[in-house]
Amino acid sequence: MSTSVTASPVKNTAPRLRTPRKKHTPGKPKRNVLLTVLMALMAVYTVVPLIWLVINATKTQSGLADSNGLWFAHDFALWDNIRTTFTYHDGIFGRWLLNTLLYVVLGAGGATLLAVLGGYALAKFQFPGKRAIFAVVIGAVAVPATALAVPTFLMFSKMGLTDTPWAVIIPSLVSPFGLYLMWVFAAEAIPTELLEAARMDGASEVRTFFQVALPLLAPGIVTVLLFTTVATWNNYFLPLIMLKDPDWYPLTLGLSAWSSQAQTIGGDVIFNLVITGSLLTILPLIAAFLFLQKYWQSGLAAGSVKE
Amino acid sequence: MRRTTSRILRGIALVSTLALGVTACGGSDDDSDTKAVSAGDIQAALDKGGDITVWAWEPTLKTVAADFQKKYPKVKINLVGERSGDKHYTALSNAISAGKGVPDVAQVEYFALGQYSLTKGLTDLAPYGADKLASKYTPGPWNAVSDGDKVYGLPMDSGPMALFYNKTVFDKYKIAVPTTWDEYLDAARKLHKADPKAYIANDLGDPGFTTSLLWQAGSRPYKVDGTKVAINFDDAGAKKFETVWQKLIDEKLLAPVNGWTDDWYKGLGDGTIATLATGAWMPANFTTGVPNAKGQWRAAAMPAWTAGDKASAENGGSSLAVPALAKNKELAYAFTEYANAGAGVASRVSEGAFPATKAELESAAFQSKKFDYFGGQEANKIFAESAANVASDWSYLPFQPYANSIFNDTVGKAYVSGTKLADGLKAWQDASIKYGEEQGFTVEK
Repeated sequence: MSTSVTASPVKNTAPRLRTPRKKHTPGKPKRNVLLTVLMALMAVYTVVPLIWLVINATKTQSGLADSNGLWFAHDFALWDNIRTTFTYHDGIFGRWLLNTLLYVVLGAGGATLLAVLGGYALAKFQFPGKRAIFAVVIGAVAVPATALAVPTFLMFSKMGLTDTPWAVIIPSLVSPFGLYLMWVFAAEAIPTELLEAARMDGASEVRTFFQVALPLLAPGIVTVLLFTTVATWNNYFLPLIMLKDPDWYPLTLGLSAWSSQAQTIGGDVIFNLVITGSLLTILPLIAAFLFLQKYWQSGLAAGSVKE
Repeated sequence: MRRTTSRILRGIALVSTLALGVTACGGSDDDSDTKAVSAGDIQAALDKGGDITVWAWEPTLKTVAADFQKKYPKVKINLVGERSGDKHYTALSNAISAGKGVPDVAQVEYFALGQYSLTKGLTDLAPYGADKLASKYTPGPWNAVSDGDKVYGLPMDSGPMALFYNKTVFDKYKIAVPTTWDEYLDAARKLHKADPKAYIANDLGDPGFTTSLLWQAGSRPYKVDGTKVAINFDDAGAKKFETVWQKLIDEKLLAPVNGWTDDWYKGLGDGTIATLATGAWMPANFTTGVPNAKGQWRAAAMPAWTAGDKASAENGGSSLAVPALAKNKELAYAFTEYANAGAGVASRVSEGAFPATKAELESAAFQSKKFDYFGGQEANKIFAESAANVASDWSYLPFQPYANSIFNDTVGKAYVSGTKLADGLKAWQDASIKYGEEQGFTVEK
C-alpha cells in the first residue's frame, strides 16, 4: 500500500512519494476509510454466522461433513430437516417451542408489567427510602443472573418448585435493568404537570396511570418488552439448573440436549436437526424485532434532547 | 463418554459436590438398608406396582422400559433422559444435596461411581441380591461397580478398547495395521509424510483416553482404600505411555481436534483422522455420526505396549445405580436387574449396545454378527477378546469427575505448549492430591 506509514528500515532511506491528503470540505461529513473498513468487517462478522446457519440448515448429516461450510451441499434437505425437527422424538421440538412461548408470555410479560408499575411509581411519587431503592436497583443490575442460579435453586428446591415451569417463570419476573430503564424513561416522558392536571380534574390515581401515563410510556414499554423477551427466549442457565424433565425444557435446553447426543455412547448424531432447530428458534425473535422496530427506535431517542 | 467443557458448569458441579459431602457428613440413616431384601419382597413390590423415575441417557433403555411395563403392568417407569455427562451429574448432585427430586434409578458412568458411593449417595445393592451376580459380568465392569462386599450398581455396558482404523487410507499409503505402539508411531510418521493433511489420530488431551491408555500400559496411578487415596503417575507403565505420546506430540503427528465435536466427526469421515483407539461401543456412533465413511473403517486389536502382550483396558461404559434417597428401592432394583442382568440385556444388545455380561459376549450370535459399516467384518470377536483381556485391578479416584475437569489445565498443556507430558502428569498428580486433602481424604504421597 502506498499510504503505508510504517515502512521497513531498509526502505526508509529511499525517497518516497507521499499521496496528497484530501482536504476536508466543511458541510459534507468526512469519510473515514479505516472506520468504513472496520464497520464492513463488523458487519461481515455478525452476518456470516447467520448465513452459515441458513445454508447449513439445508444439509443432511452426511452433507454437513462432506461440504464446505459456506456453500450448499449436493442435496437440498431443508424441508425434510424442518419436518424431521418437528417429528423427531414424538415431536418434542413443538412442545419446547410452546414452553418457550409460555415462559416468554408469563416471564417477560410479567417482568415488563412489574417494571412499568415500579418505574412509574419511583419516577413520579415521593416517598422515604427512595435513595435506598435506587442503590439496590443499580446494584442488582450489576449482579449476573448466573451467580444467583445455585442459591435460587436451593431456595426453590426447599419450596418444592424445582422441575416445574414456575422455577423458570418466577425468577424471570425480576428485571432490575428493565425497572431502571422504565424509571428513567417515565421521569423524562411524563410531565409532572400533566399528572397534576389530571388529579385536579378529579381523576383517580389508577385512572391517571392508565389513561394519562401509560400511552406516554408506550415506546419505553416496547423497549423493555423486547429486552426481557430476548432475555427469556435465550435463557439457558436458569432452566438448566432448575429443570430435569425434558417436557418442560425451553428451546435452548432442548437444542443443547440434542447437540450433546453426538457426545454420547450410542447416541443419535443429529447435527442437521440441531442447526435447523436453531434457525427455527431465532426466526420468531427476528420477526419480533422487525415488527416492533418503529416503537423501539423512537423509544431509544426519547428524552435525549431538551425542548 | 462425552466431553463438555463449560467452566461455569464445572463450578456448579464443584459447589454441588461440596454440598453433597456436607449432606453425607450430616449422618444419613444408611444402616437401615443393610438387612437383606428377599426375592419375595421384590416380587411383592412388583405385584403391588408403583412409579419409578429413571435418569438415564442410554437410548436402548426406551425399549427395555416398555418391555418391563408390559411384563409388570402395575409399574410405571418415567424415563428421563435428554441429558448426559456433566449436566447429568450436576442435576443428580443438586437433587441429592437438596434431598428432593432424587430419581429411583440413575445412570452413572464407571469413572463417576466412586464419587457417589463414597459420599453414601448410593444404595448398596448387595442385600437385594446383586452380590450373587458377580460371575455374570466381565472383570473390568464388575470391579468398577463393586467395593469389597458392597455393590453400588449393575454394569449396563462396557467399553473394552479396540483400534478402529480407516482401511481405505491405510491401503492407499500401503501402511500396515500397527500391532504395537512403536509401530503405531511409525505408521503416524509415514501417513503424515504421505499426506500432510492426514493424521494417525486426533488428541488435544482427553482424561478418559489418557487414563485408559495408562491402564493398558500397566500403570496404576490411583490406589483407593475407603478414604485413603494414593496418587502417583511415576511408574513404568506411565513411562511407556509418555515416551510414545511425547514423540507423537513433538513431531506434530496428532490432529489438533477435540473428540466428539463436529470437526472430529468430519475428520473421521474424510480420512484426515485415520485411527481411533476407543471403546467397543463406538460402532453405533460411527453409523449415525459418520454415515459417509461406511465401508472404509475396520476394527483391530489394540496395539500392545510390549510385542505379544494382550493387555487391554476399558474406555467409557456405565452402570445403573439406585440413589440412597430413592423412594421405591425394591422396584428400582427390579428394573436395574431386568435391564442389566435379565431379559433387558438381549434387547439392548440387539439395538447396538455393547454388553458387559459374559453370556452375551460369548454367544455365537453376538460373535458372528457382521457389521455392514465395517465392510462385513465380524468385529465383535475382537471386542470380546479385548473384554476378556482387561486387567481388573484398575481403580478411579473417588473424585475422578473433578480430577478429569482439571486435566486440560495440567496435562492438557503438553498438547498445546512446550510442557512435557511427564511434567503435565506430575502437575495433575499434585493438583489432585491438593484437592483430595481439601476434601478430607487421607492422601498418601
